[in-house]
Amino acid sequence: MQAFQEEDYTKRFDLTLWKKLLRIAKPFHKNLFIVGFFMALCAVLDVVFPLLTSYAIDNFIAKQTTAGIPGFIAIYLGLLALQVVSIFVFLRQSGYVETGTCYTIRRLGFQKLQELPFSYYDRMPVGYLMSRLTNDTQRLADTIGWSLLDLCWGAVFLVCCSVQMFLLNWKLALVVILVLPPLALISWKFQKSILAAYRQVRKTNSQITAGFNEGINGAKTTKTLVREEMNIQEFSEVAHTMRSSSIRAATLSALFLPIVVSLGSLATAYALWKGGQDVLIGAMTLGTVNVFVSYTVQFFQPVRDIARIFAELQSSQAAAERVLSLLETEPDIVDTPEVAAVFGDNFHPKRENWPVLHGDVTFKDVSFRYKDGEQVLSHFNLEVKAGQTIALVGETGSGKSTIVNLVCRFYEPTEGSVCIDGVDYRQRSQLWLQSNLGYVLQSPHLFSGTVADNIRYGRPDATEEQVRRAAQMVNAEGFILKMEHGYDTQVGEGGNRLSTGQKQLISFARAILCDPALFVLDEATSSVDTETEQIIQHAIQTVLTGRTSFIIAHRLSTVRSADRILVIQNGKITEDGTHHELIAKRGYYYQLYTNQFQDERGLDILAGNA
Amino acid sequence: MQPNRKKPAACMLELIRQNIWCFLGAMVGTVMMVLISFATPVLLAETVDSVLGTVPSTLPDWLLQPVRALGGREFLRENLWIMGAVLVGLNLLNGVFTFFKGRLSAVASENIALTLREQLYGHLQRLPFAYHVRATTGDLIQRCTSDVETIRRFLSVQIMEVVNTLLLVTLSLMILLGKNVSITLYSMVLIPALFLFAMWFFRKVHKGFRVMDEAEGKMSAVLQENLSGVRVVRAFGQQQREVEKFDAANSDFRKKAKHLNDLLAVYWGGGDALSMLQSMITLLICVVYASRGEITVGTLIIFTTYVGQLLFPIRQLGRTLSDAGKSLISMERIQEILSTPAEPEEPDALKPDLHGDIVFDHVTFAYDQDAPVLKDMSFTIPAGKTVAVLGGTGSGKSTLMYLLQRLYEPTSGVISIGGVPLTKIDREHLRSHVGLILQEPFLYSKTIRDNVGIALRDPMQDRIVDAARVACAEGFITQSDQGWDTLVGERGVTLSGGQKQRVAIARTLLKDNHILIFDDSLSAVDTETDAQIRAALKQRQQGMTTLIISHRITTLSQADFILVLEDGRVVDQGTHAELCARPGLYQRINNIQNVLEEELNHTAVQPESEVNN
Repeated sequence: MQAFQEEDYTKRFDLTLWKKLLRIAKPFHKNLFIVGFFMALCAVLDVVFPLLTSYAIDNFIAKQTTAGIPGFIAIYLGLLALQVVSIFVFLRQSGYVETGTCYTIRRLGFQKLQELPFSYYDRMPVGYLMSRLTNDTQRLADTIGWSLLDLCWGAVFLVCCSVQMFLLNWKLALVVILVLPPLALISWKFQKSILAAYRQVRKTNSQITAGFNEGINGAKTTKTLVREEMNIQEFSEVAHTMRSSSIRAATLSALFLPIVVSLGSLATAYALWKGGQDVLIGAMTLGTVNVFVSYTVQFFQPVRDIARIFAELQSSQAAAERVLSLLETEPDIVDTPEVAAVFGDNFHPKRENWPVLHGDVTFKDVSFRYKDGEQVLSHFNLEVKAGQTIALVGETGSGKSTIVNLVCRFYEPTEGSVCIDGVDYRQRSQLWLQSNLGYVLQSPHLFSGTVADNIRYGRPDATEEQVRRAAQMVNAEGFILKMEHGYDTQVGEGGNRLSTGQKQLISFARAILCDPALFVLDEATSSVDTETEQIIQHAIQTVLTGRTSFIIAHRLSTVRSADRILVIQNGKITEDGTHHELIAKRGYYYQLYTNQFQDERGLDILAGNA
Repeated sequence: MQPNRKKPAACMLELIRQNIWCFLGAMVGTVMMVLISFATPVLLAETVDSVLGTVPSTLPDWLLQPVRALGGREFLRENLWIMGAVLVGLNLLNGVFTFFKGRLSAVASENIALTLREQLYGHLQRLPFAYHVRATTGDLIQRCTSDVETIRRFLSVQIMEVVNTLLLVTLSLMILLGKNVSITLYSMVLIPALFLFAMWFFRKVHKGFRVMDEAEGKMSAVLQENLSGVRVVRAFGQQQREVEKFDAANSDFRKKAKHLNDLLAVYWGGGDALSMLQSMITLLICVVYASRGEITVGTLIIFTTYVGQLLFPIRQLGRTLSDAGKSLISMERIQEILSTPAEPEEPDALKPDLHGDIVFDHVTFAYDQDAPVLKDMSFTIPAGKTVAVLGGTGSGKSTLMYLLQRLYEPTSGVISIGGVPLTKIDREHLRSHVGLILQEPFLYSKTIRDNVGIALRDPMQDRIVDAARVACAEGFITQSDQGWDTLVGERGVTLSGGQKQRVAIARTLLKDNHILIFDDSLSAVDTETDAQIRAALKQRQQGMTTLIISHRITTLSQADFILVLEDGRVVDQGTHAELCARPGLYQRINNIQNVLEEELNHTAVQPESEVNN
């Protein structure tokens, strides 16, 4: 649970991290050089333009002549065009680098996520993984595409500016440049506290959103408990915190600009004072004073940019760490090189070498421990013949799900082995097993797309006829044809336009279309209407026939018709037999059955069925 | 439709009026900033022209008087630092005003955001139950968050920006026209083009943003579906295809983002080109005039600086104006919530003791215009008794319970408790003393301790533990990692349906209940625990009238009497023994036990044969 707490940024600048990232951005190195070149050009031109003004003052105005103005215009226009072109080019190229880096990191990250085992997903909530590939990646790409280049522009500008000033008047330049270090230091400190203040605002803001969320979703319960006023009071506290932290952040920003500008104006004032004196004794031209004054005014922008980028670098580095740690995680369930050489890996299967899967499943002295150390199974043995239906019953946390996950090789045993058709499944590829596996979850998960797309999910090449046959086998065609576009109806994100029962039926059709030798079902507990319930029961029976099946069963009818019922308690099989055998035993199963019988029947009667 | 809804613009003005001093202060700050930004170039120009040069000063007399008193131009030439000091002084002054403007407009806009947030939250809490049954959560949250944010941004930044720009333009025009009309015209020749370009192009860019956001949304959706469906992906061995699917969405987003970026490159590049061209024209015109001696170098500085400081705000104005319209729409969306009538206040309502008989007298109820859910119901529940309610789906049993807390009002007929009609009883009083436990209770994202004590202002630990014990919740609470401090909900642990129900029972028990209602709120608890909870309750509920909706015969049979509902009517009532003797729903429920025994016998006799389902 600690995993998704956002870390604080305490680490120092880590060069190797950025080197790794730049290596990922390798395809864009050429573009980065182009951008760097044009940005530097921009910076140089920014330094040149004040010189043009000074030239005009000294040569046309002071000398009271317009001779040479056309040439001046031509040069000015030429430089202006160059400036606009380089702005345009670096904006485009930077954007190219940014979007390209984003794309590349996301592609790598997504690919990695397809390889990582479930033990990884157990530790990382979906929201956490999402934000690695969305926000963090975006921030990194922004840093690479823009921040580093802003840095380059600022540095070139400052250097050129300083050089130019030294050339014009080194004594004056020396003093003016003295203002830079304190300016930079203050800017940096300020930017850091401003960023921290806004981070606080964002944190409070998410509390506000959470507050509204709860206020709205819990409104009905709140009424029954007469808690309105207390809720309002609690929300009011958060809202006031939001107000004060926002004002604090805004105040800091409002303070920053005046201080930096005033500090910068010291340099301007000095240039005006000393430069003016030099003009009076004829040591300097009016134009040169003008140049000094405009440089000192412009100094401030690059210093502020650089300070901001350094302040942001810390949080970008935290993002970089998180993204790289995802990219560098090694999956712990992998096909060994020997296995992959024969059967192929997850992305490049060699189907021609795959043996037929019959469906004998054996647990040989299997122990399993979760990453956090929790021991779920120890020395567990089980032998299942091909074609048998096994129902697993027992309380939550007894180990039922672990057994099923081990069968699917979503986890591997920490000790012992799981054999399929007599061979340890680690000697076959993951894809071989999973291509022979049918899987229906308690809460069925569909993907956006049409009904047909979803049924076809495990076999994209299935014909329309095969899709229909699969739907007919589980009696799903009735409701599918009743929908607006039949098989071409969009199911919505996660299938949310369909009812739970409909989703279940489609997930059965999806499983049956693959004609798997092994079938795993985590039966739903949520109630659906009676008619759908009967159709689903029928679908289950259809799917089970002729396959080795493991069912985490909740409904009595499903349990009763299994070939073998296993009662699992604390990772051990405590009862094992058919329905009749276990009823005769009068043990845990008997208790469960009699209690649940009343409940199920009662509900059936009230639903108007039976 | 809703006559009391105010116009959005009027609401906006009202909000501004409440913070008028902050706004005025910020406005003064803005004006002063603009004035100083005009003074600085003048200072430089005067230094160049009249201090370093020999041109007579054009400054007003009241400013020149003290200088002359000190020794005039000669004095300033010898003490040039004064000009520098004035420059620093102006910048400091500008800084002070910038700061006050920034802070005051933040205070004003944050006050307004606070007001809106509190109004919205408070109103949402006070809206009737029926509103929340129909409400679409996502849309409401959107209004409470992003719409408030739109208004806040408009008030804190955009208004000042518009004021600032308009002031800049007007004053620049006035001053520059006073100096030289034709140079002014040349200096402004591209300004309208710049403004229109910024405005027109921003619309395009804006569309680009929307297109990109959509593409990003699609990409996130593929990612989200993949991550939450990871088991399905693996079970069907579809990793390769998922990678391709994501790649398509990822590429599309890249394409859209790149397209937007290219648009922005044109937007910024074009704006820069126009601005720089305008600066060049100004400089050249000034140079030509100055070389003829018609204007001074100082005037040149004034022209180039004034025009320079105008360009960026003009470009922003185009953007701000096309953005600002949204705030009125946001205001309207917020008003829509605020103008929905809340539960009315009833100052004269009674607060009687609720230990009396509950009487339903010809009560009919329908949701909105729909067919009635309860039809002409009449029955009496004697004080202090335990009454079970049995009814099928759609029989109206839950609605019946809602009416007892005045979450809805009967369409016709009268419900009374202890002879007092419900409509005369204060809602808060009623709900405080009628405990209603819903079938699917909502838990707050707080610790379990806070959730159990949620109905009390100062819950004491021993009372909380006691209530949890009665609700058979203590066991799983103390067994969890952080015990009573375990966080519930999104950021914490997910409780099972049965655990939630038990927490809900515990929290309701802590209220001072005269009447206690279980709306099928033991359905997800196993039968043994169910019995345990009811046994523990029986010891505590002396004098309390209890209503229990259930389908479990053990629960039903222990009630003092049972109401059987079908299709919105009471079709039967009586004790367990009476109802068992009559054919009907109750008898069938009671028979399950026999059916089960029969089946078990059957199983024992014929162990080898299949039992039909």
